Amino acid sequence: MLPAFLNGLSLKALAGSPLMHSLGRYMGDDRVLVLVQLAGGNDGINTVIPLDQYSAYMSARANIALPEDKVLRLTGADQIALHPAMTEMQQLFNNGKLGIVQAVSYPKPNFSHFRATDIWMTASDSDKVVNTGWAGRYLDDIYPHFPNNYPNEGMPDPLAIQVGSVVAGALQGPAFTMGLAISNPSNFYNLIEGKVTASSPTRAGEQLEYIQQMGLKTDQYAAVIKKAALKVTKQSDKYPAPGKNPLADQLKIVARLIAGGLKTKIYMVNTGSFDTHAKQTDDADKTTGTHANLLRRVSDAIGAFMNDLEYLQVPDKVMGITFSEFGRRIRSNASGGTDHGAAAPLFYFGHAIKGGVIGNNPVLPANATVNDNVPMQTDFRSVYTSILQNWFTLQPADVQQVLNGRFDTLAMV
Amino acid sequence: MKLNRPQNGWSNPGYPTPATTNMETPIVTSGLKRQKGKWTRVQATHLVRRTMFGAKKEDVDALLKISRKKAIRRLLETSDAMPLPPVNNYNDDKYTDEEIPAGQTWITASKQNGMNSGRRRNSLKSWWIGLMINQDIHLREKMVLFWHNHFATEMANVDNATWLYKHNVLLREYALGNFKELVRAITMDPTMLKYLNGNNNVKKAPDENYGRELQELFTVGKGPGSHYTEDDVKAAARVLTGFRIENKVLPDAHGIFDPARHDEGDKTFSAFYGNTVIHGRKGKEAEQELDELLNMIFAQEEVSKFICRKLYRFFVYHTIDDATEQAVILPLAKTFRKGGYEIRPVLQELFSSAHFFDTGNYGGMIKSPVDYCVGLCREYGVKFPDDSDVVDEYGFWTNILGQAAAMQQNIGDPPNVAGWQAYYQAPQYDKIWINSDTLPKRNQFTDRMINNGFTRPANKKIQIDAVAFAQTLSNPGNPDALINDSIAALYMIGLPDKDKQYLKEGILLSGLQGMMSDHYWTDAWQKLADKPDDTANRKDVVAKLKKLYQYLMNLPQYQLC
Repeated sequence: MLPAFLNGLSLKALAGSPLMHSLGRYMGDDRVLVLVQLAGGNDGINTVIPLDQYSAYMSARANIALPEDKVLRLTGADQIALHPAMTEMQQLFNNGKLGIVQAVSYPKPNFSHFRATDIWMTASDSDKVVNTGWAGRYLDDIYPHFPNNYPNEGMPDPLAIQVGSVVAGALQGPAFTMGLAISNPSNFYNLIEGKVTASSPTRAGEQLEYIQQMGLKTDQYAAVIKKAALKVTKQSDKYPAPGKNPLADQLKIVARLIAGGLKTKIYMVNTGSFDTHAKQTDDADKTTGTHANLLRRVSDAIGAFMNDLEYLQVPDKVMGITFSEFGRRIRSNASGGTDHGAAAPLFYFGHAIKGGVIGNNPVLPANATVNDNVPMQTDFRSVYTSILQNWFTLQPADVQQVLNGRFDTLAMV
Repeated sequence: MKLNRPQNGWSNPGYPTPATTNMETPIVTSGLKRQKGKWTRVQATHLVRRTMFGAKKEDVDALLKISRKKAIRRLLETSDAMPLPPVNNYNDDKYTDEEIPAGQTWITASKQNGMNSGRRRNSLKSWWIGLMINQDIHLREKMVLFWHNHFATEMANVDNATWLYKHNVLLREYALGNFKELVRAITMDPTMLKYLNGNNNVKKAPDENYGRELQELFTVGKGPGSHYTEDDVKAAARVLTGFRIENKVLPDAHGIFDPARHDEGDKTFSAFYGNTVIHGRKGKEAEQELDELLNMIFAQEEVSKFICRKLYRFFVYHTIDDATEQAVILPLAKTFRKGGYEIRPVLQELFSSAHFFDTGNYGGMIKSPVDYCVGLCREYGVKFPDDSDVVDEYGFWTNILGQAAAMQQNIGDPPNVAGWQAYYQAPQYDKIWINSDTLPKRNQFTDRMINNGFTRPANKKIQIDAVAFAQTLSNPGNPDALINDSIAALYMIGLPDKDKQYLKEGILLSGLQGMMSDHYWTDAWQKLADKPDDTANRKDVVAKLKKLYQYLMNLPQYQLC
């Protein structure tokens, strides 16, 4: 393992020398998964609004409820609408490029951010503590013995790349983390341009500059990333200006690396914080405010990303999902926010997915109390199962092993 | 055995050298006048990190309790107690020492053989690293390393573990003593007599090795102020004929002067040495020619300058520009001469100075591999087995020393008689420690120590206890304080706010943002104390702390001292 983090640019390269390594059944399978983590617990009920229960909806959360005439209607899905900020995702849904899975959770849901995040990352049961990530186990299955003998001619590229954070638990393999982290988009651009962050003109600064330069040279993966990135000279102009939408900045890098030909199978990006305990909406105009800004960021970023995939001519290779550690309470609180909840909708997107809605609206109690939560309709491991089996074409027996259990598949792809 | 001379030639120790990055090497203009003003934690951390291995919090705290002046004095004070010698840790299924029982010291052994000589050498190395790991608040162990680099010898070449032990003891005895006496003692030391062929230097066939290195490497050096000639080397070699190893009784091995081997003629030296003639003598009296030789050499001011430059490079910064030569080196050299070549006054002056404590010098050195590995063990309070379990104790010390060796600093076996290049090779100097092979190794070492550590059979392990380390900080439940205090403990320089923000949000708060979210960390930390059996919470807290420290140690700032 290499300098894991180099001035915010997190790169892991490997010990051991490259050897011929046959990937067998995975030769030529170039499908990619993008995981979009919404950190903090997204309020599902104000994201996918149940049009068929508006009076219960208004009564449960009058101080943050979105006006019925402002929520975004969806073609072929009369029972739901999207938050007004999500215009791009509305369009994607209407074009069959976006799907919604309702009320995703797991039995005995946990209301702690850290524990719940852990559960989603490791695909464990609620009462078990597992040390490996679901995606890490998948990668370990198809690339055994990583990092020994990697990179190699069969797989010269990182197995997974995380942009925007430390390598998430989802990518933790049995012995090693399977992911490489680019913790800061500006450091990605420094890498491909061969720059190091300017150091202060001190004795220490001068030493730092040398160490950073050595770190860049040393990293075997830095070279392949740079090579792939430099193959792409132009991307969609739908992305907002750099820095305006951090999620869009991350996805822009992902699109670039995919189009540049990296064989990396899994990318992870994240945004937050969705932990809207207070002042979730603007008082005067409930369609604006904190939650609206967060959802607009997600929607615009995914919209630009999907547009870019077409522009870069790699549309069918990619599918993505959003996920969040839990939804939020049906009933809003007195601070104009919502507290930790349970099940919530999950989005999946891509140019080769089957759009639509899987599952039904949650049934909102007529007079929701502070104890009411959205019950689970779909176990999140079914989402993972569908991805592994139908998108990555992993054998069912292997899927069960990776997920430590057998879960139904969904018609996502 | 032929010595490998350094390929790249010699550095010019007195002159400015070009930087290897695009940045101009920054200048520190403060001089040797005593540092005044408040005695701060960051100053104490800087002092400890330079004079010891790592800046362990307890050590910094202890020195902060007294004045800066007393702290420096404490680091330099006479220390009588010498450590207990290495013991037999090396019996195994292939070999049992015939003479020395397990756990007993082998320095009294009357014999060595092919089976135990290598094991004893390894035992010596491990014991030595153990002394560094367990050092007292004192300069001594760092000075032993300094002198080992200066009077470089190679254990693989010298082979005899008993001699090598005595050599190490010699360096320790004279570590903060008198340099001129040290040179004399080294001249008669069996390890040096073997390594630089003094043992073979006889009047019929003088061997110039030690006579040369005595001047070129050990005393006057080869800088612009040093003008000894090849004839001086030959003449010195003749003076030194007769010194040899007396090895009849192994534990008593020592250097002696054997008049029968000595060249009794007059020895004439060059103008650099004032055209001195050392008159040849007969019999045992001829040993005094050595003292005349040393007097002659030490009459040169260049000796004091050369040594002071080496000390500066080892303790302060690799580049000596004109200003530093004038303001720091020359005055220190004068102190050195006026004190009759006592080391303490020089170090006292250097470590008390405004130059040393100039903030421009903070973080200006790259940690040597030994600083890096031993420093980590000390700073995190990594727990090793104690003397009741020498096999594992030495075994784990061997792991640490092996890591430093892989990073190109194998104590006891420098690359050659010039010592480690990082201490002398212009223009890169300590940048030499960092290359495309060693930088990954440094990161692999810290990753390993924070994650799984090193293990030995029957469930023995050494690793960083991240929770225990966090508990030494003032307010680990507060994520900002945890991060700031960790940075202050581990780095000599700061981190930009946005990086600290990233550490908090990306690592401690798993993506949650804002002050409102800080309590998630605080609560989890508190729960660790209140509900230690909550496995999921413990796992979460431990995982986050490990990530935090792994990240902090992977940043380039951690390479600096």
